[in-house]
Amino acid sequence: MSHVHDHDADHESVYDGLTGGDDSQWAFGTDFEDPLAGVDTTIAEGVDARALGEYCLMLGDDALIYSHRLSQWASNAPDLEEDIALSNIALDLLGQARLLLARAAAADAHLVPTMPADSPVPAEDALAFFRDEASFRNVRFVEPDNGDFAATVVRLVIFSTHRLGLLQRLVSSRDTVLSAIAAKGVKEVTYHRDYAARWFLTLAQGTEESRRRLVDALALVWPSYDELFRTHPVESIAASQGVGVDPATCAGEVDVVLEQILSVSGVDRPDLPATGPVSGGMGRDGRHTEAMGLLLAEMQVVARAHPMGVW
Amino acid sequence: MSTTETVLRATAQSLAARVTDPEMPMLTLEDLGVLRDVEVDERGDVVVTITPTYSGCPAMATMRDDLVHTLRDNGFDRVRVKVSLDPAWSSDWITERGRAALTAHGISAPGPAPRGDGPVLLTLMPRRRLLSCPRCGSEHVDLTSEFGTTACKAIYRCAQCLEPFEHVKEI
Repeated sequence: MSHVHDHDADHESVYDGLTGGDDSQWAFGTDFEDPLAGVDTTIAEGVDARALGEYCLMLGDDALIYSHRLSQWASNAPDLEEDIALSNIALDLLGQARLLLARAAAADAHLVPTMPADSPVPAEDALAFFRDEASFRNVRFVEPDNGDFAATVVRLVIFSTHRLGLLQRLVSSRDTVLSAIAAKGVKEVTYHRDYAARWFLTLAQGTEESRRRLVDALALVWPSYDELFRTHPVESIAASQGVGVDPATCAGEVDVVLEQILSVSGVDRPDLPATGPVSGGMGRDGRHTEAMGLLLAEMQVVARAHPMGVW
Repeated sequence: MSTTETVLRATAQSLAARVTDPEMPMLTLEDLGVLRDVEVDERGDVVVTITPTYSGCPAMATMRDDLVHTLRDNGFDRVRVKVSLDPAWSSDWITERGRAALTAHGISAPGPAPRGDGPVLLTLMPRRRLLSCPRCGSEHVDLTSEFGTTACKAIYRCAQCLEPFEHVKEI
């Protein structure tokens, strides 16, 4: 018997999905599938698969962890518009994270935690939800609690300026997947940076209170700025093979943009020492801040409680 | 390509072209520019290629499901949906018909997407767009937020009729 769907019946009852095997009437489908479905993930000649995978993991983890942190503003932002804006930014970053983690898994399957043979968890989810803290490669910059709205604005200005610099250069990556992800990301992060930069200016030139809080936030965030431009050996290898970008090469450009924002806002550049490595390591080495454990616990708890769950 | 294949491909193409966007149902995926290609391979499988609008667009899975459904309902049993990331989707790909449909439904259509190489310039002032209120036609409109109810829209408010409306962003 040929299997023919009746389109109307498919959407008749939301309970159908609980009884049958057809999940597509759920709001966004229950299966997000592989975000790289049908994309050619062949690795270019001379590229070290392991380094490419780890490099994608770094950029993917930056996006994932920061996305999760920003999503905590949902229903907590100063007003509805900011709530929606920050959630949208978190969503864009989550999209980038999914693509980058899927790219990492496709480049080097060894990076993906081993799951039971009958596990329904796709590689990108295994990476997001079943890795322990030390395996995450994100910069520590994205980990701290959101704190004051001003601190979120400062962190987002710096993060998105840095990420825009990286993604713009990655458009010419020899890895065609990474290049495509970057080209899309550039368009998104441009909006993120403009959003945060305008808020930076608004808070700096707003009331005495808003300015005070912005200046305090800048002092709070500034010591971790330096971390964004420290080159990890994986980034060096990826850059030398033409697939990645050495973050140090973006430092000058990023600084020019930040200087522009600081000077328009009439805010002095803080004169504060950088928070150095902890036990000789940084976020890219898997050494994270205290905030990371709690963040991961919250982000991973549902997936870990239901390892056979299908979402 | 044989006549049968040509006919099959044309049928599959016209079916896929009818599928609408789950969040903006006045637009077909073709009008939105998300539907990039429809092929029928030598085994008779339909291969549909789509390009996501935004990296995190949660509607992608629904689009994929809706395409598969529509084609299956019409006798194409084997359907594959491929994602194409390059070139990245641009709001310039929204067709004239799509733009008209957006306006007719109270959503302002995007202007030309920004282009250019080299570092992306910082825009500290609210983005200036030449657009008019889709309800009353007034050009006196104010940007409320660059981020709206979906990843692809900004929120505006008309200073004339005072109604809020959405604008599909240029990317």
